[in-house]
Amino acid sequence: MNVWIAIAVTAIGCYAVKLIGLLVPAGALERPLVRRLAALLPVALLAALTAQQTFADGRELVLDARVGGLAAAAVMLILRAPFLLVVAAAVLVTAGVRALGG
Amino acid sequence: MSERKALAGPRTDQAQDPAPDRDPDRAPGTDPDDGDRAPGTDPDDGDHTHGTDPDDGRGKPDAAVVRDALGVGVAVGLSGFAFGVTSAGSGLTLAQTCALSLLVFTGASQFALVGALAAGGSPLTAAAGAFFLGVRNAFYGLRLSQVLRLTRAIRPFAAQWVIDETTAVTLAQPTRRSARIGFLVTGLSLYVLWNLTTLLGALGAEAIGDTDAWGLDAAGPAVFLALLAPMLKSTTERAVAGLAVVLGLGLLPVLPAGVPVLVAALAAPVVLWARGRRGGAPEEGR
Repeated sequence: MNVWIAIAVTAIGCYAVKLIGLLVPAGALERPLVRRLAALLPVALLAALTAQQTFADGRELVLDARVGGLAAAAVMLILRAPFLLVVAAAVLVTAGVRALGG
Repeated sequence: MSERKALAGPRTDQAQDPAPDRDPDRAPGTDPDDGDRAPGTDPDDGDHTHGTDPDDGRGKPDAAVVRDALGVGVAVGLSGFAFGVTSAGSGLTLAQTCALSLLVFTGASQFALVGALAAGGSPLTAAAGAFFLGVRNAFYGLRLSQVLRLTRAIRPFAAQWVIDETTAVTLAQPTRRSARIGFLVTGLSLYVLWNLTTLLGALGAEAIGDTDAWGLDAAGPAVFLALLAPMLKSTTERAVAGLAVVLGLGLLPVLPAGVPVLVAALAAPVVLWARGRRGGAPEEGR
């Protein structure tokens, strides 16, 4: 039951913030500063998420096979590889490094 | 192409080309059947008014938009498998796992929730962490509503698809038409696949054993990196990303789960403020 409560609260909350973003009047973004801020926020959030999901193990920072996988993804991005190849490289290299005992 | 161009593009093109298919009433999100058909339409139906070279930043063939959108939708959609496996491995039932993908549909929040529940967090604490991670979608929505110009009636339906991946694909498009196609194709393919693979992952959790051994835990950050890379066009964006990484990692051990990412978002106003102080106008003439 507790799990269902968590699911319901999360689902309602996450849907609400998605909808709020779409419903806020466009005028709120007409000021150049607000517009630049809105453009830069995804950059900050994506960068932090990338770093955390690469280096975090719970609340500790670790260096493990994921770093190799992300390095491979970065190389693929520099080579302008398609999205699927970028993700596949990360998964395969991570699995490979782990298989080799990394 | 730059973020600024991505924003300005649709407005300019809209003014130049009052094509009937730009009518907001026919905007994406209304009818899935329409969506299946719209992307693959004749490449001659308006793209060429914007110039044929996709690299000139003004026009882009529909087929290219669909290809990019499907690339993201399929790749990320398949990673729902990793979520299904993780969620089932965290002790959630099949119905609970599928409900998360159907109703929450924002990957980072879903992973955060099952992680917190598995660690023994209370339902409300776990939900709060997931919610904080989902707050960023509101900012995506702010930008998308400008680019897509959806009618009010459509917004409640489009809202569920406002996530990292659809935003990245949509904002990378040079025109409103391609932005709408990108949003629709990415959202639809991602939603369908993410939910199917969630189901398969939950069912196959026992068969696959240790998901980390398969490197599936690297799929998430790789997805985020692939979305981030095209945004790092100027020193401002790079400074924001760098500061966000430092904040996100540095605060991870000391703040509750989900909070460091929100604090890292402050990198955006901090960098803007610092550049404003130093150079007056923050890099306007790009």
